[in-house]
Amino acid sequence: MDTQRQKHLVLILAREFASNLSTPTLIADERGYLVFYNEAAEDVVGRRFGEVGEVPLDDWLGAFDAKTLAGETIPPEERPARVALDQHRASHLRYVVTSTDGLEREIEVTAFPLFAHTEEFVGVVVIFWRS
Amino acid sequence: MPRQVKIWGCRGSVPTPGSDTVAFGGNTSCVEIALGDDAALVLDAGTGIRELGFDLVRRGTQQIYLFLTHLHLDHLEGLRFFAPLWNPEVTLDIWGPRSPVASLRSRILRAFSPPLFPLDFRDVPAEVRFHDLPGQPWESHGLSLGAELVLHPGPTLGYRLETGASSLAYLPDHEPVLAGIADRSPDWISGGAVASGADLVLHDSQYLDEEYDAKIGWGHSSVGDAIAFYRAVGAGRLVLFHHEPQRSDRELDSLEARAQMLAGPGEVPPVLAREGMVFELD
Repeated sequence: MDTQRQKHLVLILAREFASNLSTPTLIADERGYLVFYNEAAEDVVGRRFGEVGEVPLDDWLGAFDAKTLAGETIPPEERPARVALDQHRASHLRYVVTSTDGLEREIEVTAFPLFAHTEEFVGVVVIFWRS
Repeated sequence: MPRQVKIWGCRGSVPTPGSDTVAFGGNTSCVEIALGDDAALVLDAGTGIRELGFDLVRRGTQQIYLFLTHLHLDHLEGLRFFAPLWNPEVTLDIWGPRSPVASLRSRILRAFSPPLFPLDFRDVPAEVRFHDLPGQPWESHGLSLGAELVLHPGPTLGYRLETGASSLAYLPDHEPVLAGIADRSPDWISGGAVASGADLVLHDSQYLDEEYDAKIGWGHSSVGDAIAFYRAVGAGRLVLFHHEPQRSDRELDSLEARAQMLAGPGEVPPVLAREGMVFELD
C-alpha cells in the first residue's frame, strides 16, 4: 500500500480503551515510540499528547528522574516500560519520579506487552497508579 | 486497460432470496476483479460465489485467487458450492486471516467436515492452497493487493487493490466508529490505510443511523458512519455494501436516496451495491 500504514489494530483498540479510562495510561508501539497517552496521563506528564506527538520512549522517560523509595537511581532499562518493551514481559514497580516541574512524586507503574499473535509483538501499555 | 469490478453478492449476514430482494439481490458477499479468462481474482466466498463459479466454469478459468475478509459464514458458505472446487484441473489459492491460535486452513476445514458438510476437505479434487494474512502484498497480473486487520468481531481484514492508476478498498464488514473516526488521523482509523484516497470504496452500511444504537459492537456500520469514514479517508467514490437482510428493494431504494442527500458539495453521491453491478478501475 502506498498510503501511510495503519497502526496495528491492537494499538487502535488499546488507544480507544485508554481514551475511556480515568487511569493514566500510555501506549508505545513495537519500535518503542510513545504513540499515545490519555487525558488522565496529561496530568502526570504535564502536557497534552497533541503537543508532544510521537517520540521515542527513551526520550520521554529521560525527562523524568527515577529513584527507588530508598533514593537509589533506577536505570531506564529497569523501569517497567522498558522491561515490557525490551523483554516482552509484564513489569510492576513503585518508585519516586522527579518530573519536569521539579516535584517528587511516589508512583506505581504497571507495563505489559501486547502480542497480536504469539510471535507478533505490537507494543506496550503503561499504566500509572495514583495513590 | 480498465479493470472491471463485478458484484456477485452484497447482502449482509444471511442470504435473502425472494421477490422483495430481486433488484439488489439476496446473495451474500462476493466481488470479482477481472483478470481475463485464464485467472480470476475474487473477494469473499459468500453465496454470490456460487453463480460466479458457474461462470468461471463456462470461461474455462483454472487459476483462482480468493481473498477472504473473515470466516463468518456469510463470507464463506458459498465456497462449498463453488463449482471450480470440484474440478481437478483447477488451482485455488485462498488467502485470509489466521486467528491468534489457528491457521487459516484449519479454520476453514471446520466448515468442510461433518456435521456441517457431508464431505471432508480431502474429497475436494481441485488443488487448494492456503495463505495466512496479513502478509506481503499479493502482486500479479499488474495488480497489487494488500490487507490490514480491521474492526469487526474476530480476525477480519480489509483489502486494498492497486492497479497502478487507481485503487479499490473493500471493507464489507467494518465498524470503525468503535475506535473513532472524526478526530483521528487516517493511520489511527481502522481501515484508514486501506481506504485512504482510494478511488472506489465498498463499505459496510448495514444499519440505518437510528438502528445503530441498539447494535453497537455487532461489527457493522450505519450509513452515516460509512459516509463519515469515506470523508475521513478522502476516498473518491463510496459504494454502500452488506445490506441488512430484512431490507426490501423498496426500502433500499429509499435508503439510497437518503444516503445521497448526505453527500456534501463536490462529493460523488454514494450508491448502494447491487448484484450484477459493474465498476471500472483505470
